[in-house]
Amino acid sequence: MRPFWSGTITFGLVSVPVNLYPATRTNRAPLRMIGPEGEPLSRRYYSEKTGKDLEADDMIRGYEIDKGKFVTVTDEELERLAPDKTRDINLTLFVKEDSIPPVYFERGYFLSPAGNSEKAYKLLAEAMKERGDVGIATFVMRGKEYPIAIFSDNSILRAETMRFPDEIRSVKQVGLPEKPKTNSMTVRKFETLIKRKTKRSFKPDKDEETAQLLKLVKKKEANKSNVVQIKESDVSDGKVVDLMEVLKRTLAGKAK
Amino acid sequence: MSARAIWKGNLKLGTTKVPVKLYSAIEDKTVRFHILDSGRKQVKQHMVEPETGEDVSEPEIRKGYEVEPGRFVILEEADLESLKPKASRDIEVSSFVPLEAIEQQYYERPYYLGPDGDEKNYFALAEALGNQEREGIAHWTMRNKVYTGALGAQDGYLVLSTLRHAEEVVSAAQLPKPAGTPPSKKEIELAKHLVSMLEGEFNPAEYKNEYRERVMEFIAKKAKGHAPRLSAVKTKRQTTSLDSALAKSIESLKKGKRAA
Repeated sequence: MRPFWSGTITFGLVSVPVNLYPATRTNRAPLRMIGPEGEPLSRRYYSEKTGKDLEADDMIRGYEIDKGKFVTVTDEELERLAPDKTRDINLTLFVKEDSIPPVYFERGYFLSPAGNSEKAYKLLAEAMKERGDVGIATFVMRGKEYPIAIFSDNSILRAETMRFPDEIRSVKQVGLPEKPKTNSMTVRKFETLIKRKTKRSFKPDKDEETAQLLKLVKKKEANKSNVVQIKESDVSDGKVVDLMEVLKRTLAGKAK
Repeated sequence: MSARAIWKGNLKLGTTKVPVKLYSAIEDKTVRFHILDSGRKQVKQHMVEPETGEDVSEPEIRKGYEVEPGRFVILEEADLESLKPKASRDIEVSSFVPLEAIEQQYYERPYYLGPDGDEKNYFALAEALGNQEREGIAHWTMRNKVYTGALGAQDGYLVLSTLRHAEEVVSAAQLPKPAGTPPSKKEIELAKHLVSMLEGEFNPAEYKNEYRERVMEFIAKKAKGHAPRLSAVKTKRQTTSLDSALAKSIESLKKGKRAA
């Protein structure tokens, strides 16, 4: 598995080359489209005018400026438009760990040291941990710019991509009513309830929906008429990537 | 202009029900492109037999789950129907946790809750959550999908964020500590000093999506027929030793402060 992004974290004049890997994975059991003969189908793009299927080279990217009117943009142009500074994660600000409201967080990633940066990597992780700080920057990954927060988590640098403030609506934009004066009796009633039902830690839920689907699949598999097997030669050798294995190897410095 | 509610439900806390409306708290501003053919027309998609390239029409398509490479179990419409969760308007808030109990990685998508006829309970609950610095753990079913969420207060209003499942998150505690030589005490002291000099407040308003602005500007110019020439990007790398980089950074930051 190749890293999602490779670059350099800088703080002051110290630079830490890193690789970025996802910390989240989808658990959804993907369903494939199957044809009348039981064969898995492929999705193809075609031109309406010629009715012919298109190869990747025949297609271009277009931004719709008016209904049906497009401005085309190439990959190279998009690459060149990326601001220079965002090839690095330049930590110019450190904030206290609990000062970022959760609405900003988008997705989690792990950073692993690249090149010979282990020492500088550990230095940053240790300094942030002792200060109780999170480093903030912006960067560009896969054609999109994000604010990013870097956490020191169990000696590992963990990143969270964040949303830009103009992507988060305000209460006013949503049109929620003005806050009235609250009734202190009612507030106290809720406070008592909250206290009574508080647990010290959060235990994430298992994905019951996917478990149900897999259970049903298993049941149906017992009846041969529900199963199709395609020819050996047509089986794609696309291995399922074990994210956990990849992360363990890269942090142990063995990902080569 | 106000947003439209996407769903209505009842927060259930013990025996108290608080009717609410759900609104998306985020607005995706990603620049979206269409895929075009050489005649600049939008392309269409269809499903084909991979070998013959022959088109397969919608009614002939079934869904299958790949149990092992090349082996599919077919699921009929009725099977998928039987998996749909029972519809309900209840958002069951079963417990509460301290604010820092949920790791950032779990937060997926935030929604604002607005009062739907009972402002008294709505605003009292928001205030109580804020005072107590707690978040409620909520469960609900919306549009045929079961959700777990965190019910929190932000500036006196309720925010409900969907949370990822246990299987979807890798926690740092499950991973080995990185290999390599640890830094010395002195280096850590210097680095802490450097970090402390860069400490400040989280002020999201400072962050602008510069890339998005540049792409939109470029598109606007190209639409008028004069696309600016773009030059290739350069990357720079610096190669000083760790110790001297730390010392120099602190020195230059001190100078900067004196000058200001």
